[in-house]
Amino acid sequence: MDLVTREGEFLVLLGPSGCGKTTLLRMIAGLEQPSSGEILIGGQVVNDLPPRARKIAMVFQSYALYPHMTVFKNIAFPLKAQGVAKEEIPKKVAWATGLFGIGHLLERKPRQLSGGERQRVALARAVVREPAVFLLDEPLSNLDAQLRTSARDELQQFQRRIGITTIYVTHDQIEAMGLGDRIAVMQGGRVRQLGTPAEVYGEPADTFVAGFLGSPPMNIVEAAADRLVGFRPEHFLPREVHDGSGALVALGFRVTRVEYLGADRLLYGVLEDKFPGAKVIARLPSTVTLPYEGGRRYEFAVPEKELRFFDRTSGLRTAPRPV
Amino acid sequence: MAMSPALKRVTARGGHLGLIGLFTVFSAFPFYWMFITTFKRTSDLMKRSNNPFIYNEPPTLENLRVLFFDTLYVRWLGNTLFVGVLVVFVTLLLAVPAGYALARLTGKWGEHLGIGIFLTYLVPSTLLFIPMSRLIGDLGLQDSLWSLVLVYPSFTIPFCTWLLMGFFKAIPRDLEEAAMLDGYSRFGAFVKVVIPISLAGILTAVIFTLTLVMQEFVYALTFITAARNYTVSVGVPTFLVHGDVYFWGSLMAGCFIASVPVAVLYNFFVDRFIAGFTVGAIK
Repeated sequence: MDLVTREGEFLVLLGPSGCGKTTLLRMIAGLEQPSSGEILIGGQVVNDLPPRARKIAMVFQSYALYPHMTVFKNIAFPLKAQGVAKEEIPKKVAWATGLFGIGHLLERKPRQLSGGERQRVALARAVVREPAVFLLDEPLSNLDAQLRTSARDELQQFQRRIGITTIYVTHDQIEAMGLGDRIAVMQGGRVRQLGTPAEVYGEPADTFVAGFLGSPPMNIVEAAADRLVGFRPEHFLPREVHDGSGALVALGFRVTRVEYLGADRLLYGVLEDKFPGAKVIARLPSTVTLPYEGGRRYEFAVPEKELRFFDRTSGLRTAPRPV
Repeated sequence: MAMSPALKRVTARGGHLGLIGLFTVFSAFPFYWMFITTFKRTSDLMKRSNNPFIYNEPPTLENLRVLFFDTLYVRWLGNTLFVGVLVVFVTLLLAVPAGYALARLTGKWGEHLGIGIFLTYLVPSTLLFIPMSRLIGDLGLQDSLWSLVLVYPSFTIPFCTWLLMGFFKAIPRDLEEAAMLDGYSRFGAFVKVVIPISLAGILTAVIFTLTLVMQEFVYALTFITAARNYTVSVGVPTFLVHGDVYFWGSLMAGCFIASVPVAVLYNFFVDRFIAGFTVGAIK
């Protein structure tokens, strides 16, 4: 694997569990040794440096707050380890707690904090010594859904403000899309694709990326003996809904089931005529009010420019071809 | 007829209290027995028609006088404390790092090794004292309290290593890793984070070691010959049992005085103590 971050960038490692993203993060942190290859931070090979010498900060999934110390002592802990002058410590702690609005919690112990407060303490402890790289291992996964949205927003604002290169590990594609400047989609210990959220979503490099991103994921059907063709459920719409600009590929669609999700409707079914028998999903925004029911056939279409082609054996992206 | 809910509650509560009461009496009775016997006259003790649970004759301090002035009891207490403190020190010095190493650094082997170490604890001292006495003789430590300081860790270290291993396993690795990222070496993280968190476990090991030292009999009897070097566990039965004459009052006084501090310690840390035995066992 070959992966380079840009200065001040927010890079997200995204992949299913067991894809090696956390291992990669731990190797960058120095908590695990790579069996081969080099890790560089700021142009310096750090393979043989212990974690403490790498000028990195990490926020663990569990936050790893020291339970026997108050919030103040937790945040001061890395400063003491670095031998920061005693009178400097309260100033730096005040700066870090100010960033996250947790100045009133200094005397509490971690067990007296809520999940969101713990996360902020963990972040404050990580930034207080102004690291060169900031590593985050699924820091939002212990928060409930509502809190997660606001925490995501805060996290990104904060990263923009301090401008430290950040590597963020998650298996949640919404987090990845929402936070990342760039996303590295990983599987089986490899980076499948590295790109901006728009690139990895719109121009997936292979069938894995195409199938991993998006909910529901890209429809992938067999176009020929050696070729697969994919299209997003939101581009697979009734003929009459397309605005008529650009060429369309018409597809007969037999709906088997309709799922109403509020903002969207998902239509499950199989294609007829072209690619007969292929199971696909269409995603209709709530602005499309046409009635649909299971068991009937409808005329659907996909804009030709939204089709993505893949090699059947390697799964890699290939040049567009007529269908 | 079915009981009303209120009645049910009362019976449940009554049963609960009754059970607790039963166990309290069970645990406290030996202390009560030792305590009243300490102040009983011998004639009161020996008369079979007397109610043994109360004073039938006025209490006396004679038994305590015998214990403190006719035997070297205070000296034995001091010896026991001396050996106890040193053994605790040696045990912690070796068992704390050993327990940590077994819990963290050796992977699957750690568990097998831990069980192996624990098994050595199960070899009885009645077997080991024979080779041990050769060893003590070769080292010229016969009749010296240092022989006990040397031998006792042979059973305190395995047990405490195992006990502490359980405690260390219960500490999330993340905490040490966070400390290592925050600027400490593994050893620094161990001292700054792991030890403070496992203080309860370490205290448990201390109490356990002290208890073992206080009750040990076989080694103390074999290696020590002079009365002035006895520990409590050997001195009390040796000097307060003359042939078939038992100085019951003084015996009980000796036991009572030695056991109360341990009982108090246990009561302070009983929850932690139980946690020490079960932690890591469930996961």
